[in-house]
Amino acid sequence: MANLTLVQAINLALTQEMEADDRIVLLGEDIGLNGGVFRVTEGLQQRFGEDRVVDTPLAESGIMGSAIGLAMAGMRPIPEIQFEGFLGPAYDQLINHGARYRTRSRGAITVPLTVRVPVGGGIHAPELHSDSPEAIYAHHPGIKVVMPASPYDAKGLLISAIRDPDPVIYFEPKRIYRAFREEVPEDEYTIPLGKAKIVEEGSDLTIVTWGAPVLQCLEAMDKLPDDISVELIDLRTIYPYDMDCIEESVRKTGRCVVVHEAPKTSGFGAEIAAMVQERCFLHLEAPVQRVTGYDTIMPYYKLELDYLPEADRIAEGVMACAAY
Amino acid sequence: MTTAPPSAQVASDEEKKTKRLSDKLPDKTLLKWLRDMMLIREFETRTMQAYSNAQIGGFCHVYTGQEACAVGTIGSVEHDDPVITAYRDHGHALARGMDPKFCMAEMYGKITGCAKGKGGSMHMFDKPNHLYGGHGIVGAQTPLGAGLAFATRYEREVMEATDKKRVCLCYLGDGALNQGALHEAMNLAGLLDLPVIYIVENNGYSMGTSIARGTTMADDLLKKSDAYGIDGIEIDGMDIRDIYDEFKPFADDLRDRQRPGFVNLITYRYHGHSMSDPQKYRTKDEVKEFQERDSIDVLAKHLMEDRDCLSEDEYKEMQKELRAEVREAVKFAEDSEFPDVEAELYSDVFLNPMAGLSPSHDYPIGEENPILEEAEEKDDSED
Repeated sequence: MANLTLVQAINLALTQEMEADDRIVLLGEDIGLNGGVFRVTEGLQQRFGEDRVVDTPLAESGIMGSAIGLAMAGMRPIPEIQFEGFLGPAYDQLINHGARYRTRSRGAITVPLTVRVPVGGGIHAPELHSDSPEAIYAHHPGIKVVMPASPYDAKGLLISAIRDPDPVIYFEPKRIYRAFREEVPEDEYTIPLGKAKIVEEGSDLTIVTWGAPVLQCLEAMDKLPDDISVELIDLRTIYPYDMDCIEESVRKTGRCVVVHEAPKTSGFGAEIAAMVQERCFLHLEAPVQRVTGYDTIMPYYKLELDYLPEADRIAEGVMACAAY
Repeated sequence: MTTAPPSAQVASDEEKKTKRLSDKLPDKTLLKWLRDMMLIREFETRTMQAYSNAQIGGFCHVYTGQEACAVGTIGSVEHDDPVITAYRDHGHALARGMDPKFCMAEMYGKITGCAKGKGGSMHMFDKPNHLYGGHGIVGAQTPLGAGLAFATRYEREVMEATDKKRVCLCYLGDGALNQGALHEAMNLAGLLDLPVIYIVENNGYSMGTSIARGTTMADDLLKKSDAYGIDGIEIDGMDIRDIYDEFKPFADDLRDRQRPGFVNLITYRYHGHSMSDPQKYRTKDEVKEFQERDSIDVLAKHLMEDRDCLSEDEYKEMQKELRAEVREAVKFAEDSEFPDVEAELYSDVFLNPMAGLSPSHDYPIGEENPILEEAEEKDDSED
């Protein structure tokens, strides 16, 4: 057991998986010599050499495409895309091709690929460096979308993602890269993809969230009156998502608030709200609420915390839902 | 801007090497090439008919005219060298050894197709024959080709799983020269020593735009590969012996040095870009000019007159056999079933689908891919 940050937990998972499986090759901009822009891959090139930790040119389509080609040929590539906005240039390769080979070849060719991508706001960065595009990628069958919210989950989910036979986008919330430490076992362990975690149990209202806002939700819960008992669900995997867990909780509480950083319209909260009314209609005491970013481009740092769902706004949303 | 049409003019016989590399090949190799090219020609003729009869849906791009390109380049490399291409892919699939019945059934959308009838004309995949697919986005396959090449090196040098040096053949059309992905891929390949050969099947037109109207340096494409430190050659793609003479040593050298390459392979498509192309951009005379030195005619003549290993009767017999073979493929496609919606609509999206993967439907495991099934049977019988 060691007390690790999220960055250290990811680094540990990469190290151990690379030790165990020589098919794993890392590719990305400045991931080797520099250890990555967030230093997530620090020390890996020294340890595994330039052939396995490859510094690439700044060319996301080229990085993603060659990583997919490696995966089609049986390797286990893990490209890093420096910021979520830079997935744009790689979108064609990842979504129009990588996510589709199993279907296109009807099972003959598969893409065991894990794309690591720092995601979300809260670090004073501008748009394209602070966005939350998880719903865009969750819209595409053929690719899984994962986002850990703690160092322990980060390690277990990453190992599952790497070992998964299909492509996975592993979003790393930048805001909590070094926000807190947690006990992380030295041994390898997996956390199954598609399984949510109940962070706090409660009986009056369910909050569903994922990534960095898990922390803001906990903070918001401290601000609530003592007589509101909130169940907090960390989705962990956005697609495929654990609807059974949400359903069970909302059937119990009758109220649901979804919290995410991404804009409200067509955010993943919309999907959850739709499914909750489909599965829990007769149990609902109030309409499903969403506390989210706004339908604008992520503002620059001065307005960043106005945009993100911070604790006060979450608490307001919870109170509105509870009072309905 | 120049808008000169593609020219069918080539070097005269005197200018060609007196002793050709392909002269050393046995008759049976060249007869096999002829057969493969004729198979593609016949296959595409029946493809067009089936498309016109609405038995093939979607979009359809036939390879007629370009047969020597796929057969000649694939015939110059090893079977386990990976091949990846764009959407005009039936020729590469057949040249790589895909059974025409799987290819035709795929276009018919039948469960017996190489992708169980879900991919269609642009998505010919054949893993046992190391064919990594056709691709429906122009140029998208070029970084993938770099990755396949990367994997061959990685397997040999890092994993030490094999001693064998391999090269990846990555085909593209001249229209793909203008896609950003190719330039990222060439830079990466040049930088990381990836043994991928970018073969531009330059048929003079990206859909309806002639290369001179859409591409800079159209008369000197090798400058593009020069810019990435990649060796390039230009080859006449209408004569398969020329292709072998030039491409074989080029590919061998790149294999040996594990470096990328670039080939401007000048060819011509006899039919439209797709089945719905009014072809306003070219004249009938231009098409005729290329057809007069048709790759199949040229090779057949060589085999009859120079090598004296093929008689007129044998040639006709070969045509007859191929017509029967393709007819059989068409019948196979016609007689096969469409994929069952309940079993196949949601299958092959993910492996080992977990329950509740999608709240709207489970992802079942569908029927086995017929190509994989056949390969397994073959393995078993060899064991």
